[in-house]
Amino acid sequence: MRVLLVDDEKELVATLAERLALRDIYARWACTAEDALKAVDECEFDVAVLDVKIPGMSGLELKKIMERKCPETRFIFMTGHGSEADFKTGVAEAGLHYYLVKPVKLEVLVEKMKEVLQNEGEAR
Amino acid sequence: MSFHLRLKPKFWDHYDVAAGPFKHLFDFRRMWRQAVILTAAVSIMPLVLMALIDYNIGRKAMNSEILLRTSRLVSNTRRTVSYFLEERKAAVEFVIRDNSYESLGNPSRLNQVLGNLKRAFGGFTDLGIVDPSGRQRAYSGPYELAGADYSGQAWFEQVMDLGVHISEVFLGFRREPHFVIASLHGEPDGSGYIVRATIDTEIFQELLSNLEISGEGDAFIVNREGVLQTPSRFYGKTLEAIPLAVPPYKEHTQVLDVAGPDGVPLVMGYAYIQNTPFILMICKQKPKLMEPWIQSQWEIFWFLMVSIAAIVVVVLWVSTFLVGRIFEADQKRVATLHQVEYSNKLASLGRMAAGVAHEINNPLAIINEKAGLIKDLFAFKKEYAADPRLAALVDAIIGSVERCATITRRLLSFARHMGGEARVGPLRMEDVVEEVLGFSIKEASYRSIEVDFEVADDMPEMETDRGKVQQILLNLINNAFAAVSDGGRLEIRVEPVEGDRVRISVSDDGCGIPESDVGKVFEPFFSTKSYQGGTGLGLSITYGLVTELGGTIGVESALGKGTTFTIVLPVKLKPSGGERNACAAG
Repeated sequence: MRVLLVDDEKELVATLAERLALRDIYARWACTAEDALKAVDECEFDVAVLDVKIPGMSGLELKKIMERKCPETRFIFMTGHGSEADFKTGVAEAGLHYYLVKPVKLEVLVEKMKEVLQNEGEAR
Repeated sequence: MSFHLRLKPKFWDHYDVAAGPFKHLFDFRRMWRQAVILTAAVSIMPLVLMALIDYNIGRKAMNSEILLRTSRLVSNTRRTVSYFLEERKAAVEFVIRDNSYESLGNPSRLNQVLGNLKRAFGGFTDLGIVDPSGRQRAYSGPYELAGADYSGQAWFEQVMDLGVHISEVFLGFRREPHFVIASLHGEPDGSGYIVRATIDTEIFQELLSNLEISGEGDAFIVNREGVLQTPSRFYGKTLEAIPLAVPPYKEHTQVLDVAGPDGVPLVMGYAYIQNTPFILMICKQKPKLMEPWIQSQWEIFWFLMVSIAAIVVVVLWVSTFLVGRIFEADQKRVATLHQVEYSNKLASLGRMAAGVAHEINNPLAIINEKAGLIKDLFAFKKEYAADPRLAALVDAIIGSVERCATITRRLLSFARHMGGEARVGPLRMEDVVEEVLGFSIKEASYRSIEVDFEVADDMPEMETDRGKVQQILLNLINNAFAAVSDGGRLEIRVEPVEGDRVRISVSDDGCGIPESDVGKVFEPFFSTKSYQGGTGLGLSITYGLVTELGGTIGVESALGKGTTFTIVLPVKLKPSGGERNACAAG
């Protein structure tokens, strides 16, 4: 499983990536939308974990661009806001089913990532 | 409560501290005063004006009526008196023409003539024949006047000059008031004689005393010096001077307003009787004449007074009622403003809480991951295998982060429903109560307050506005916490009731509410905690919110034993009229 972590908090994504690596999961991270898009050039990721708000654009916009580039990639959203409104818009506009509220337990994150890959067909 | 206090309207002592520069707009006492003065003036002024105009016109009409009537009476009486005198003058003339000097000189003939005159005309007392030297040649009558000498007397001189004469009333030889009609019969040769008749003043008086005169009237005759020729009712006997000024000579009848000798205003009509020394005068007392009219004016006056009193009562009542209504509306407006301010405050508080929670979530996530990494390192790398105490410390950090996360999540979830637009959605009442209680649980434990929360098993899922339910519960639970003392007890019970309703009761064993205040707790600005910073709006806003959700709220309290607030809410909130219309239009 290859994972891309995108969040404006470098410390958070870097630590998360390191912890995933310890569990033999390939993880890269980006702090801006620009960096994230550069990273997905090769479409090497199975799952992208995006913050709802990323400097440069919103998580949902980034998801749309990345989906066009790499239709195989699945998405999980993270939010510090826990806002129902955001969640509902997300579901309506982008078929957003996977959604975690910060702070996240690593075990929960790993489980969600597995779930997202298993439900590949149903997610749409 | 005294009568005075019960009459005093609510707005009387109202003082709007917050009105600022628009204070005059909320001076209800002034508003009331203006309303009373203006309406009373507008309704009473025309009435008073009409009454005054009526009074003036009436008085003038009455005055001219009196003058006219007096004038007519004087004219008629003058004609009667003149006619009476003319008649007697003509009778004397007839005697002269019908009889020769010789036959009149015969006493028996003279007696016969006097008898005829008395019978035919009346009023004649005696009859005498006077020769040009002034000596009475023949006399018929009750007195011994034959041979009396009249030369040198004024009447004799005048009759010799003018041929005819009517004298003033005088006493003469006989000491009885009488007057004389004398006529000269002149012969072409210069000789001649005078026929002199004396007229009894009694018949003269009868003419006047038979008059019916209104207003304590008095009719009499004076001579040109103001000496009474007939007795007067009020101004003296015959031959006494009247205490009134003799009016100036006028050809026609005159009526004057004069002051009587005792100051009573009089209406005086007079007429100079032509070719005689007589002036006919009729005096009426003005106040007596005006009496009936004054009487009717009194009736009008009382009617006016009663009308004014009725108008004043109605004006006072209407003004008090209307200004009271305005006051009530204003109080509602102020309460609504405060409520809006309150929900705004709540909304900003919600936004702030959400912002803070969000901001805290990010560093929390980092702490979480860093601590997780340390733990991972202990687990995955042998070289870090260390003191188990370190692992425990890391676990403690992660545990605290978890606790913080619970708080921020609860805050976010709560803030989401605070303020903002109304959103009706499904909710479980027990969850909302738990959530609200979550904020107070620490306080409860610090103050050792026992919180007993009971939920019935068969609670239905409700569909209503979560934000409002939160506010209602928050207000009631906060109130309960404020009421109980440390170590007290709080009981919250949630259960379904008949008619698809849910009852929530919040009881405390705190100070309770005095019986006199129980009815007022839902009124805006009623507060027992004002010195502790209470606005007195909490329960009034709660009441408003419960009403908006289609529910009812009640309170039971015993002083010193505690208070129970009971809310009954419908399970499903019926859409309000406005929304229904919008749907129909769509």
